Amino acid sequence: MKLHRITALLYRHFCLYKRSFPRVLEIIYWPFVDLVIWGFITLYLQQFKEALPDFVVFFLGALILWDVLFRAQQGITISFLEEIWSRNLMNLFASPLTPGEFLAGTMALSVGKVLVVSCVTVLAAFAFYSFNVFVLGLSLIPFVLNLIIMGWCIGVLTTGLIMRYGQEVEVLAWGLVFLFQPISCVFYPMSVLPGWLQAVAQFNPAAHVFEGMRAVIATGVFPLHELAWAVGLNAFYLVLLIAWFHRMFAACKDKGLLVRVGE
Amino acid sequence: MTEAIVQVQNLTKRFGTFTAVDGISFEIRRGEILGLLGPNGAGKTTTIQMLLGVVTPTGGTIQMFGLPFDRHREDILGQVNFSSTYVSMPQALTVEENLRVIARLYGMNKIESRIDEIVKQMEMEEFRTKVTRKLSSGQMTRLSLAKAFLTEPKVLFLDEPTGSLDPDIADKTRSLIKDIRRSSGLTVLYTSHNMREMEEMSDRIIFLQRGRIVAEGTSESIKAVYGETDLEEVFLKLARDQSVKMSRP
Repeated sequence: MKLHRITALLYRHFCLYKRSFPRVLEIIYWPFVDLVIWGFITLYLQQFKEALPDFVVFFLGALILWDVLFRAQQGITISFLEEIWSRNLMNLFASPLTPGEFLAGTMALSVGKVLVVSCVTVLAAFAFYSFNVFVLGLSLIPFVLNLIIMGWCIGVLTTGLIMRYGQEVEVLAWGLVFLFQPISCVFYPMSVLPGWLQAVAQFNPAAHVFEGMRAVIATGVFPLHELAWAVGLNAFYLVLLIAWFHRMFAACKDKGLLVRVGE
Repeated sequence: MTEAIVQVQNLTKRFGTFTAVDGISFEIRRGEILGLLGPNGAGKTTTIQMLLGVVTPTGGTIQMFGLPFDRHREDILGQVNFSSTYVSMPQALTVEENLRVIARLYGMNKIESRIDEIVKQMEMEEFRTKVTRKLSSGQMTRLSLAKAFLTEPKVLFLDEPTGSLDPDIADKTRSLIKDIRRSSGLTVLYTSHNMREMEEMSDRIIFLQRGRIVAEGTSESIKAVYGETDLEEVFLKLARDQSVKMSRP
């Protein structure tokens, strides 16, 4: 793993974004729109706050954290798509760059995107609803880190599928992550799911993060067991998916797909 | 005899039931320019893609600098580069930004002075700050070549490198390749559909057809074997002959 190759990828995307206002807007626009729409719904529902205390914190906190996961995933997948769209994959993979370095570069880029998005959503939440996400305290740090890693996992999965099946499945870059949203229990507790779906959600790291977030808000106690589940599952999935990505990469080279993807 | 820098043994690539490259063997010696000739679909590009590690061979071995490619990919690719009319570069980046990315990927030192040097060599001063999507096809080809020369490779794979260049720039490019070869012992694998260019550039030529080597030697010896005075006539004869026999003058 060579740092200069990873920074080369970061530099390439920095140059791309600094000159592309639509791309920058895409990062900021959707989280902002999401926040405004859900924020006003939340304000409306707050009228029933006796039935559901801390409503605003529940929803807006969840919304901001969901965007962390979503942008971490997009950071990886969209970077790969940018290389397909510019027919640049051969320049990258006929250089000494390894698939592991490529993933590391896109992961680092996704952290940058998460930082930008988080600044926008945190500031907007404060400006529009006087909501301070930092009421979650230090627990915010492990929550965010786990959501970033979960986003990476979905990003690696999506990228591997696009690499293997080509631009026909490009739509997965935006869609696949939402398959995980219902079982991430972003806006409701896991207990509202039917029993069989709760069993599935138990194996989703994001569900433990959002359960943990609600526990912090409701009781002020940091649920270590939820964090342990999230960390354990994330570590398992990340190792598994990186190994799978390398196998997909090798399969694509074998089938000649790496040089044909995007044609 | 000069040492072999690239050694290919029984290289084969099958995509399902289709055999793109069928057990070819050849060597390229240090400082040699080897021309790879053949009709469309003969296996030239697949061969180069295997030599660059972006397509995995079904069989056979590739060695460069005496090292097996499959076990020393990073070491080898750090000393190799390529230019192809079929590969683009990020369109939203300027010419020099694209070169900077490549320089960083290859871990080069003194990046800026090397970019200045290559921009001057390739006569790209007037469009070095231009966004790549605004380049003409000739300028794009020059960028692709600049990218290939930038990293000072020991082995260069050039897939139809002068395809969209005007005769003046194409001639300068050929001279540049020959100059670099003279000064640094650059080893080149070269494909082109321009027979005159092939004769001018290549020390030896390999003719591929349906994934197999059907003729190999200097352009003079190949012409002599096929009783032609023009390489283009040999090309047409070989490309159109369905039952062509292998000839290694």
